[in-house]
Amino acid sequence: MSAPLKALSSVAWRRGWVGVMSLLALPAVWFGGLYLAAIGAMFVTSFWTVDDMSGALIPGFSLVNFKALLADPTYAHIAERTVFIAAAVTVTDVILAWPVAYAMVRLSGPRLRAGLMAAVLIPLWSSYLARVYAWRLILSHDGVLNWALAEVGLPGLHIGYSNWAMWIVFSYLWLPFMILPVAAAVERIPPSLLEASADLGEHGFATFRRVMLPMALPGMVAGAISTFSLTLGDYVTPMLVGGEGSDFIGNVVYANVGVTNDIPFAAAYAVLPLGVMAVFLLIARKMGAFDAL
Amino acid sequence: MKEAFKRQFTRFTLCLSIALPLAQGASAAEPLQTIGTGEGVLNVVAWEGYAQDDWVKPFEAATGCQVHAKYAGSSDEMVALMRSGGGNQYDVVSASGDATLRLIYGHNVQPINMALIPAWKNFIPQLQGPEFNTVKGVHYGVSYEWGPNTLLYSTKVFPTAPTSWSVIYDPKYKGQITVPDNPIQIADAALYLSKTDPSLGITDPYELTQAQMDAVSKLLKGQAGLIKKYWALASDEIQLFTSGDAVVGAAWPYQTNTLQAAKVPVADTIPTEGATGWADTWMVSAKAAHPNCAYEWINFVTTPKVQAQQAIYFGETPANTLACKEMDAQQPGACAQYHGDAPASYFDQIKFWKTPRTECGNGQNNCLDYTAWQRAWQAIKG
Repeated sequence: MSAPLKALSSVAWRRGWVGVMSLLALPAVWFGGLYLAAIGAMFVTSFWTVDDMSGALIPGFSLVNFKALLADPTYAHIAERTVFIAAAVTVTDVILAWPVAYAMVRLSGPRLRAGLMAAVLIPLWSSYLARVYAWRLILSHDGVLNWALAEVGLPGLHIGYSNWAMWIVFSYLWLPFMILPVAAAVERIPPSLLEASADLGEHGFATFRRVMLPMALPGMVAGAISTFSLTLGDYVTPMLVGGEGSDFIGNVVYANVGVTNDIPFAAAYAVLPLGVMAVFLLIARKMGAFDAL
Repeated sequence: MKEAFKRQFTRFTLCLSIALPLAQGASAAEPLQTIGTGEGVLNVVAWEGYAQDDWVKPFEAATGCQVHAKYAGSSDEMVALMRSGGGNQYDVVSASGDATLRLIYGHNVQPINMALIPAWKNFIPQLQGPEFNTVKGVHYGVSYEWGPNTLLYSTKVFPTAPTSWSVIYDPKYKGQITVPDNPIQIADAALYLSKTDPSLGITDPYELTQAQMDAVSKLLKGQAGLIKKYWALASDEIQLFTSGDAVVGAAWPYQTNTLQAAKVPVADTIPTEGATGWADTWMVSAKAAHPNCAYEWINFVTTPKVQAQQAIYFGETPANTLACKEMDAQQPGACAQYHGDAPASYFDQIKFWKTPRTECGNGQNNCLDYTAWQRAWQAIKG
């Protein structure tokens, strides 16, 4: 270690707060200067308006964007669709993650366990877009799915470019983000508790329901934060695999910023998911998602 | 003291906000007098298929202006791009008639000195000073190419060409229809209703009162349940027809050309109700950083040769009448196929895209402006 570094480290050692501050400085600038400032700017902009012909922003305080959002049921409908699909994806991922997580932690030897872990993580190495486009090809009219169904003599499914397609693709995309925290939570349950449950005469499912499920709840909620928020904020998947009536809040925001140039209206609509996430995180905290942090 | 400063600061920013747009207007009023040496770079906003290597490479070799092209999928996107980053990120844009007036009134584009555009005098008369790019005698752009929005269909499903736009509103084709994800699509439905329901009194599909818009919205909301996908990029529609997800839809001739080249069994037609269409204009940004290259570009793409290449590649009609011979030389029969020799009546039957405004054209001011069209379109899509 060179001399100046040594000096710095001894300062950090003697005065503990210096070390803490220097570790936090960069993230603090990031969080305060960029993230909070951006949200603040968005909130302020949502009260502005746009000159229709010139496209210039008109600063001020006007509720016209919020009134337009409330007056047209379309926007409430799109918000409902977004939240509903985000919730459906979260529930689906919880159900799919349990068997994988349980097998990984309780039933596998070290080698199989490493293999399963790799299988869960490898899709994350490929581009998100490549995986969505792959699903588009699987689900399309003459895609792999309908080909396979025809091979076994079943009628084809017309789920390409639909809300069903979005549900399947989102559930696939975010599954690893559910499996990992659930596996971690299952691992933390002491085996002695499961044995005690068995000794007291509970059969397998009752043990799962009354011992494992409540103890793994924080892990499930932690995973749900990922799957729910990732779905809630997405707009690329609806654009690529959605059909008619598949717009998300993100698509309306995207269309108003990049296409229509009505940034204040987009900002007003973008305030909504912020509120949804705030409520979601409060409930998650009540359920103990942050206890293990 | 603090109060006084606050008041002064407010007054200062107020003055600035009033003076800035005026200053912009003034600086934009001086067109280029001579074309000087190129700046070496040209930033282009264009429709897909408008900056092809076939003519971009020779342009770069001839002028030394390196072309950076950004494709836009809709007129709205073009307007947003030209206004982004203070308006000096891009030099030229291939704006359609529903974007041009917004760019002109937004002070985003500068007047053009037509004396520097030799090909202009050979344009068809309708495109030498059309109202969508010429305001009070001042030219804000140079017309380029034009064409109709067509009805694209699978020849497997339709052995003979459909004669009416009604097929894209027909429940028989539920889940197999695709139309552009674009508010200007409302005009297609308005044109159809102006023929099938004359009691609505629609005379111009871009000038709709609230009552007329309600009727059009009703038709389009019924259509929404039949749509497979609203396409955002031409390549989306090409994939939908290739995979068999869509069998009929609204399209540009470009999609037909690309699909037929890939041996997909499709064809297109203009139904009896007529068609909407586009007439594109090359415009120069008010704050263009490379104005000389911009003029060089406009002169290059309005030469008969490039006009013909563009027309054949995209499936549209050139503004320059001298391009006809070039088209036949590049591909025999192309001039007639793409209406390069069509009479004025053909041009006049197409309802070209224009920006919807509150002024109805008949003296009334109760028409819906473009913002209202955008909101209506979002409500239709749901």
